[in-house]
Amino acid sequence: MDGITNQGLKEIIDNIKSKKISSLELTKAYIKNIESAKKLNSFVTTTFEQALENAKNFDSKPNYEQILPGIPLAVKDLFCTENVKTTAGSNILHNFIPTYESTVTKNLWNNGAFLLGKLNCDEFAMGSSNETSFFGNVINPVGDKLVPGGSSGGSSSALAADLTPATIGTDTGGSIRQPASFTGTVGLKPTYGLCSRWGIVAFASSLDQAGPMTKTVTDCAIMLEAMSGYDEKDSTSINKKKEPYSKNLNENIKGLKIGIPKEYRVDNMPKEIDELWNKGKKILKDLGAQLIDISLPHTKYALPTYYIVAPAEASSNLARYDGVRYGYRSEKGKDLIEMYENTRSEGFGDEVKRRILIGTYVLSSGYYDAYYLKAQKVRQLIKKDFDDNFSKVDAILTPSTPSSAFKIGEKTNDPVSMYLNDIFTVPVNLAGLPALSLPAGTDKQGYPLGLQLIGKTLDEQKILNIGYAFEKNCGFKNQIQKWWL
Amino acid sequence: MPLDKEKIKQVAKLARISVDEGKANNLSKDLNSIFKFIEQLNELDTEKVEPLTSILNQSLRSRNDEISDGKIREKILKNSPNKNEEFFVVPKVVE
Repeated sequence: MDGITNQGLKEIIDNIKSKKISSLELTKAYIKNIESAKKLNSFVTTTFEQALENAKNFDSKPNYEQILPGIPLAVKDLFCTENVKTTAGSNILHNFIPTYESTVTKNLWNNGAFLLGKLNCDEFAMGSSNETSFFGNVINPVGDKLVPGGSSGGSSSALAADLTPATIGTDTGGSIRQPASFTGTVGLKPTYGLCSRWGIVAFASSLDQAGPMTKTVTDCAIMLEAMSGYDEKDSTSINKKKEPYSKNLNENIKGLKIGIPKEYRVDNMPKEIDELWNKGKKILKDLGAQLIDISLPHTKYALPTYYIVAPAEASSNLARYDGVRYGYRSEKGKDLIEMYENTRSEGFGDEVKRRILIGTYVLSSGYYDAYYLKAQKVRQLIKKDFDDNFSKVDAILTPSTPSSAFKIGEKTNDPVSMYLNDIFTVPVNLAGLPALSLPAGTDKQGYPLGLQLIGKTLDEQKILNIGYAFEKNCGFKNQIQKWWL
Repeated sequence: MPLDKEKIKQVAKLARISVDEGKANNLSKDLNSIFKFIEQLNELDTEKVEPLTSILNQSLRSRNDEISDGKIREKILKNSPNKNEEFFVVPKVVE
């Protein structure tokens, strides 16, 4: 079945259901692709034997009623998978084999999918280029010198290179949407609380949210349906009825009000991003949506706020890595304290250490009010900006990123320039809102660029609908030459 | 600048991460540029703003205090870098 792996998830599911292809044939096709794409370094672990076994089991007793019947899926290595190594891209977890399964992956498996492998990511999801992983940087299939974005860079790379029919990532400040934008794929950060955080290696608990990364908006709706849902093991999980997002997709967006925030036109933004944004506005307007100029006045303070809140939570979450109960332990040190200090110094990479130190400092006695409390207050103002505007508009359209994919090594020496990548994605995490990144065009080098649709709390269906209509009328087609073959 | 080399070492001590001289110098440079960026927040008057502690419109649930699992000692010890029968082993802490 040549060409099966070029298709989107929806078509693949249809082919499985109509018995044009078996789960085993499908799985073998992906394994072949993965084995010939080692240069991309998108996988940390593969689980081929287990996947082939699962595929055979499906074929011998197929259940076509499931959302993901017999579908092999690779997932970000931040999701704990029972009896399969889970590293979070870190040396400190290089040998960690969970004895339990994360709720989100368990939901996927309960809906008929099975694991193909674990995808590389920035260490503890801290990064925007997948260059902080202990297992080496990942290459963007768009070009051999380009980063795939981050932190879900293995996910975006594997998806765009046809190594998995769809995938999942996590998004704390843009880690699904920015890599989706860099690879010409679709990425959704759901409302905080829609997908369970249980069993996901924690970074910043008030911001972390898992979500789908797919080739099309329909695929995104299918994956969200399968992975989301209430979980009593996550104290911030939202208890609501599951929605059939893919069945409810509706391309009629006539009369919807789309907010255009003036603060998202930043200094030094490439002309191409501005043009892309205009193109997006025109498409939605032609479809009968109404464009409304809005203001989100505290936008520029979102990143500085994020770089207090996220490291503060990370310093607390990462205190658990002590070399005693699991993970890496240093052999150096004469007593317990030195063992801790050496374990953490050798086990964490530079970016993770930077963030732990920032977090420890902003929470330390005498500095808490000046930094952490201040950031929580500004976070309130950022959320209020959105609340005020969502009484007037149905969704907000912005660029996903301030640039296309950059070169490997280009920003590694300047942390702040790396952080600025997330300037358009971070406000959404601080406000807990859903946001969808859609491939919308390319820059003059031919690298993909994305637009972002931000929705109200739990209004995933509406931004998926707008994205669905947009996709049909945008005409974007990912042109990836498989140069690694 | 608030974060000189000595301050870095002190914070690193709190975070239980050993940091040598060279690393402390690099960290001081990086962290000061990050804090310069963060301190834009001081432009804002937040005197009358309530801090946001949860973005959910629901309060945290409470559950009945009942045992829901247990007897998984083996699983808990499984990933330990050093264990002895039923215990985690750490460097000697009492003389």
